[in-house]
Amino acid sequence: MTTFKVLRFDPAKDKAPRVDTFEVPAEKGLTVLESLYYIMENHDGSLAFRSSCRAAVCGSCAMHINGKYRLACNTQVETLKSDIITVQPLAHLPILKDLVVDLTNFFKHYDEIKPYIIPDSKLPEKEFVQSPKERRKIDGMVDCILCAACYGSCPVAAGEPGYLGPHALLKTARFVYDSRDKSTKERLQLVAHNKGLFRCHTIFNCQIACPKNLDPSGAIAKLKMKSVWSSLKEILPF
Amino acid sequence: MSMFDVIIVGGGLAGLRAAIAAKESGASPLIISKIHPVRSHSGAAQGGINAPLANHPDGKDDSPAKHAFDTIKGSDYLADQDAVELMTSTAPSAIYELEHWGCPFDRTTDGRIAQRPFGGAGYPRTCFGADRTGHYILQTLYEQVVKQQIPVYEEWFVVSLIANEGTCCGVVAQNLRTGKLEAIEAHAVIFATGGAGRIYGRSSNALTSTGLGMSIPFWAGAHLKDMEFIQFHPTTIIGKNILMTEGCRGEGGYLINKDNERFMKRYAAEKMELAPRDIVSRSIQTEINEGRGFSIDPASGGSGGGYVHLDIRHLGRAKIMERLPGVRDICLEFLGIDPIDSPIPIQPAQHYTMGGIDTDSNGKTAVKGLYAAGECACVSVHGANRLGGNSLLDTIVFGKFSGIKAAQESLESKTKCRIDANALKMTLKQVEAHLQRMCDNRGNENPYQIKLELAKVMDDKVGIFRTGSDMKEALDKVRELKKRFKQIRSAGMITPFNYNLLWLLEMEGNLDVAEVIAMGALARQESRGSHSRRDFTKRDDQNWLKHTLASYTKDGPVLSYKPVTITKHQPQERKY
Repeated sequence: MTTFKVLRFDPAKDKAPRVDTFEVPAEKGLTVLESLYYIMENHDGSLAFRSSCRAAVCGSCAMHINGKYRLACNTQVETLKSDIITVQPLAHLPILKDLVVDLTNFFKHYDEIKPYIIPDSKLPEKEFVQSPKERRKIDGMVDCILCAACYGSCPVAAGEPGYLGPHALLKTARFVYDSRDKSTKERLQLVAHNKGLFRCHTIFNCQIACPKNLDPSGAIAKLKMKSVWSSLKEILPF
Repeated sequence: MSMFDVIIVGGGLAGLRAAIAAKESGASPLIISKIHPVRSHSGAAQGGINAPLANHPDGKDDSPAKHAFDTIKGSDYLADQDAVELMTSTAPSAIYELEHWGCPFDRTTDGRIAQRPFGGAGYPRTCFGADRTGHYILQTLYEQVVKQQIPVYEEWFVVSLIANEGTCCGVVAQNLRTGKLEAIEAHAVIFATGGAGRIYGRSSNALTSTGLGMSIPFWAGAHLKDMEFIQFHPTTIIGKNILMTEGCRGEGGYLINKDNERFMKRYAAEKMELAPRDIVSRSIQTEINEGRGFSIDPASGGSGGGYVHLDIRHLGRAKIMERLPGVRDICLEFLGIDPIDSPIPIQPAQHYTMGGIDTDSNGKTAVKGLYAAGECACVSVHGANRLGGNSLLDTIVFGKFSGIKAAQESLESKTKCRIDANALKMTLKQVEAHLQRMCDNRGNENPYQIKLELAKVMDDKVGIFRTGSDMKEALDKVRELKKRFKQIRSAGMITPFNYNLLWLLEMEGNLDVAEVIAMGALARQESRGSHSRRDFTKRDDQNWLKHTLASYTKDGPVLSYKPVTITKHQPQERKY
């Protein structure tokens, strides 16, 4: 048996969150997500958590498990090497119920950076020609599953709800470094301010938290350089 | 109460593409999805999307006609050939459109969209982005939805249609955030809710791919077509049954039995591992059944059954890291093995619902104002067996057509399709009462036990190999479970984020869809594509070259049949 300590909170009924304890039989390969289903099916049908693909590609089940931000679906209980597993929602986001957090702000910031390609107005008849080398520049940046683990782990986002967040800035980099996109200047203007790039304190939590091993910190650093350089170019006489 | 021109139920590829098309056609669309669109199961598609672009050096002679022929032959001649021709001739422009919207496809050395070989295809025709193609297309379409400012009610769960004199004019949905039911009116509704894989226990599908999106239109009078044709993907990891893309074999991977033999030579000497999925799945299952597979140590948990090896070691680290990084991650995270050094233990599992809501190529169903697209629909382009890479193509081609048509019709019928306020209130009350009954149920049946029993009987009796007696047993079992489901013990209340209640509602739909699958399968006395019977081993074109249609009645589904559209290709024996 493994003991699960799961944070519970129903803002409509409860004054404060509490922790409920459940026992789940140990089984080889059992994941935290499967354990949550076990609890829902056998102990408490009212437990609320998000899930969909159960294969680490949809980004539904990011939560705080034994001190780390992880996806519940690809975290095996065995690998946590602990008889007690604590499960909490992503930090500093409003709890809607139990492990379900409010991602309104997360997606609002995503929308703010114009998260779509802006190419030349004249489209080619077939595909844009993009060399493998050019395509490789956006490797990783296109793999974000929007799970919000980075956002939940970011102390800057915790203190400043207006901060765009690692996910939105990584998405900006995804278009800035795409050879087909022609709006770098506008994109940099959208993020080069004190609630965007320059709010990032380079704490690296996002990079550590990312379950897909992506590097939002690195993307932010590159964008900072690019933004400073493009401003300098405008004022320098050469 | 809100009013839109077109409501799209489901936020995967078909739904998003339909919404964009509706918007571009001048209508006001609304997307409703029980999960945020980027969480949709489309994002789990790995290997790619087919289009005869002729970008690959070995594919210079490819054409829409050849793509159509491969698809029709792959379907074991059950696909409607006019629909297939429409799909393959639209494919190149549909792919270029995705590329113009920023989809990060892999590239050839001359900067074109890269293509890889896939099962049952005459040429390397499958466009891909590593092994994350579904994820890339889903993100790309969602980006366009944001750009077009199309409203999305995410985490709203559609429970019922609103109908006025047989015309669909909206939906009743539960806002999961508040728990409240609301009626949302529209001049047209498009269902794009994906497949019904989770009726099975061993399935590669997301947990959200349940059958409710097929049963709601079915209850409202739409027909379910060819539901007995369930695709079993040859290669899913043992235990969790997570997909290992056909791209593994497209890039050159082998299937190996416990005698270290590439056994596909016995079943498809020419195409080997790249035979269509129905044939490869049967071959693997035969190896396992005849003792040439590996057996799973019961102590290791998981879903049981035997397995064989998918070996990609010889592709080398560089190619695996470049082309199959997601597959490697899955092996590392879920099996604890690295496919660069070890073969991958795989077994076939339910993967795709070839059948679905009967539609024409504009997504129209038998119910006026109701459309369907994507996996929940059946146009039909996949017939008795879908080729890998054709499902994503199906979603964007027919998603778009249904979006355009629904928009056109809704703009034309604006004044006609209104339901009066009292009738609307009544509908809402009826749905609420139904949910309340579900919550108040205090019988002695455990609903999770019913779910397990359904999954087991579908796995065991309506699987890769079928017999009349097994399927009869399955049908009886499903009917027994339907009865027992009426006596469930529920502890629910209508509250925010009550996933337990959602799950009960989906279960109700699952049982009806499972009944249609088992009935259609039992009735079809032949072997065709994925429907492989031990007691009727041959394809029987004389009696069974026809589509199964199921209609809902309160006493259970009623089956009828309709002809297959044949244009250029008369059925021939299918050899690979």
